[in-house]
Amino acid sequence: MKVVRVCSAPLDSAAELAPLAMLGGGAVASFTGICRDQGGITAIELEHYPGMTESSLAALVDDACARWSLLGAVLIHRVGYIAAGQPIVLVGTAASHRAEALDACAYLIDRLKTDIPFWKKEHCADGTADWVDAKASDDERAERWTE
Amino acid sequence: MSASSIWIEAVRLLYFARVREAVGIDAEERKLPPELQNVGDCIVWLAGQGANYAAAFADPSRLRFALDQQMVWEETLLEDATELAIFPPVTGG
Repeated sequence: MKVVRVCSAPLDSAAELAPLAMLGGGAVASFTGICRDQGGITAIELEHYPGMTESSLAALVDDACARWSLLGAVLIHRVGYIAAGQPIVLVGTAASHRAEALDACAYLIDRLKTDIPFWKKEHCADGTADWVDAKASDDERAERWTE
Repeated sequence: MSASSIWIEAVRLLYFARVREAVGIDAEERKLPPELQNVGDCIVWLAGQGANYAAAFADPSRLRFALDQQMVWEETLLEDATELAIFPPVTGG
């Protein structure tokens, strides 16, 4: 079971992850990335590259399935305006045992951060907005998986 | 196919995020000079197309590229690609 989606509607994490628990495995791992409610940020605006985003997300899930023995994977990313406190991205993996599920989940979010064409702009309460800069620490985390 | 005949068709250029705002448009069709060999050549040429382009493409180390929707590098040959996207390092997740 593979679910890959780019959507502008709010994310219902529980509903999206529920099917992963019904695949007969003993482990489901998930990661939810949330628009942080700190530093005066009121919303995040997510821009993406339609077409390439969907195909590169699907290729990433295929990579994870080739690397680990997974029963299922869910990768859903929102675009557009996302209010502080709301989910931006959901990653879910199901496997027979926890190690595969946990590692594949970490792999998917680490690689998504550096390889998939999304860009964040932070909107603040004072009316200002600016693009988020890429972090070297994200590159380092993604690099771990190429070893 | 000779080098001069490759660019009969225009290339679709796409700009995203900070690059899109600096250039002032999100997409355009351009006929590229046949002497442009790789993505880096294209960026240098585009930087000469106006003050907005010069500002957007001043520092190639802060740019990333996709050729026909595959991530590539400055050294990647353009060959018969039909779509080149130019954007800042990605920040999703």
